[in-house]
Amino acid sequence: MIRVDGRGDSKSLIQVRGLTKTYRRGGEEIHVLQRLNLDVDKGDFVAFMGPSGSGKTTLLNLLGGLDVPSAGSITVDGDEITHMSGSKLTHWRARHVGFIFQMYNLIPVLTAFQNVELPLLLTKLSSSERRKHVETAMSVVGLKDRMNHYPRQLSGGQEQRVTIARAIVSDPTFLLCDEPTGDLDRKSADEIMALIEELVGKHGKTVLMVTHDPVVAARAHTTLHLDKGVLVEASQLKQEVVAGGVA
Amino acid sequence: MKFWRLIVANLFRKKIRLILTIGSFAIALLLFTFLAVVQSAFNRGIDIAGADRLVIVNRIGLIQTMPISYADKIRAIPGVKFVTQNHWFGGVYQDEKNFFPQFAIDVENHRQVYPEFKVPDDQWKTFVQDRQGAIVGARTAKRFGWKVGDRIPIKNTLYGPTKTWEFNLDGIYSTDKASGDESQFWFQWKLFDENVPAYAKSTAGWYILKLDSPDDAVRVAKVIDTEFANSSYETKTETESAFAAGFAKQFGNIQFLIVSIGSVVFFTLLLVTGNTMAISVRERTSELAVLKAIGVTDRSVLFLVLGEAMMIALFGGLLGLLLAWLAIPGLSVALNGLLPPLLLSKTMLSLGLVFAVFVGMVSGLIPGVGAMRMRVVNALRRV
Repeated sequence: MIRVDGRGDSKSLIQVRGLTKTYRRGGEEIHVLQRLNLDVDKGDFVAFMGPSGSGKTTLLNLLGGLDVPSAGSITVDGDEITHMSGSKLTHWRARHVGFIFQMYNLIPVLTAFQNVELPLLLTKLSSSERRKHVETAMSVVGLKDRMNHYPRQLSGGQEQRVTIARAIVSDPTFLLCDEPTGDLDRKSADEIMALIEELVGKHGKTVLMVTHDPVVAARAHTTLHLDKGVLVEASQLKQEVVAGGVA
Repeated sequence: MKFWRLIVANLFRKKIRLILTIGSFAIALLLFTFLAVVQSAFNRGIDIAGADRLVIVNRIGLIQTMPISYADKIRAIPGVKFVTQNHWFGGVYQDEKNFFPQFAIDVENHRQVYPEFKVPDDQWKTFVQDRQGAIVGARTAKRFGWKVGDRIPIKNTLYGPTKTWEFNLDGIYSTDKASGDESQFWFQWKLFDENVPAYAKSTAGWYILKLDSPDDAVRVAKVIDTEFANSSYETKTETESAFAAGFAKQFGNIQFLIVSIGSVVFFTLLLVTGNTMAISVRERTSELAVLKAIGVTDRSVLFLVLGEAMMIALFGGLLGLLLAWLAIPGLSVALNGLLPPLLLSKTMLSLGLVFAVFVGMVSGLIPGVGAMRMRVVNALRRV
């Protein structure tokens, strides 16, 4: 169950407490996230929405260990990541996080197979074991017959599928998706969302997704809005808007 | 090493750029090797000089002679084993371009002082008995297609009116070392002495002596120079290597020239390769950020960039060395004996390769460290 009130139990897969991120631009301090709380259980699928500059991507970066908070803590599967050293965090990312980016970010000079294999090169798996894992991941995203294609030989939707295969190939604890359909047409976006739903429903993956698109967000279990640096549940936001309107 | 495929794939990302960078590397290595070979040719006399040999020249300069009577006086000094003398002839064979050194030598002592020059005994015997005889180095014989028994006409303008001296080629000498000098032409000092004008008679261009022990070099040199001090022909005695170094210096400060050009080559190459790597890394900022995001360590990112720079260096270096290996023998022939033979040794090839790898490493270091320090969040934001 997803909670933003900081009262989730310690069994939550992801526990965020008092997360604060402040940037300094010129002489001015910009408070992007302010004492934010979040609890996400295994198998949850949560979408983050909010206007540009509201801190969605910052939150995703913090959850993925790509950035460090100004204050607060993030605990994932019992590991507190906020105080990990840079190299420890790198190893933690390799083990626990699968990233799906808006622009796919595949390596153009590697084939789909080689792109998906990249995270496995950081493990001790043998070449044949890696092949097996890559083939499984490519089957999940329905591109087993495109393994030897280069990114330029694939459509946008197919490229994003390869990105998803790369994200899931090492069986990470959770997936972070930053606008996964932002660069796709509606049909391809639907296919990608169907795939992400399948990863959650069929394979039990935990997915945290940033999106601008309400249609895409509606496919998540819960949609959270980032507003003035804090998370608000969609239903609560609706009530606040209505209350504001009546007043 | 698991990322080697990525390194190779990145290398071939921009083929034209790769070809141009490897090409500039190859040309620079060719030039570097050529400079090293020329320097080595100039220093060869120093390198192969006998530690137990001293050279005595006229204190005024190499072109001034000394009386032949000095030979016996030098021989009498304790510590001196053998003494021989040479005289520069300076003749021309057919054309002035066909330069090779010719010396009037003392046939009685030459072999004892220079045991590294190998002449078959029967040929040497014929030479000693033939007043017009000559011995030539294998390289010069090959250059002009000379064989034992040939008659060699050499025109001379240094001693009296221009005259052509005729020699019988009695033998061909060789050396043990590939780097040995096989270009000299020797004939008997007695023939020289009989045919030169009075002012040049009974003179030696320089003396070479072999010591009982190299440890005596300083003492014997001092004794010789003291012996002839305040005479009309004061001497300057030095080790053969010092003499060879001084001789090489007559061409100018070759060492400085070569080091200067070499440094320019080095820095130009560094800038070219460094620039290529910097552009290459900049183009791939987002890809490197993704690699870091999925768990590739900062150190591995550095190695990826360094690996790529080293591969370029290695390919370019090997190509340059191959070109040098093919070109230098031809160049040596084209120089027509102006320099000792240009030899590309295994040491030089290894040195060239080390140079190439070093340049590759240094040029990849700055962009590599930049990529290593790059923050993933900032890099992804730039996409």
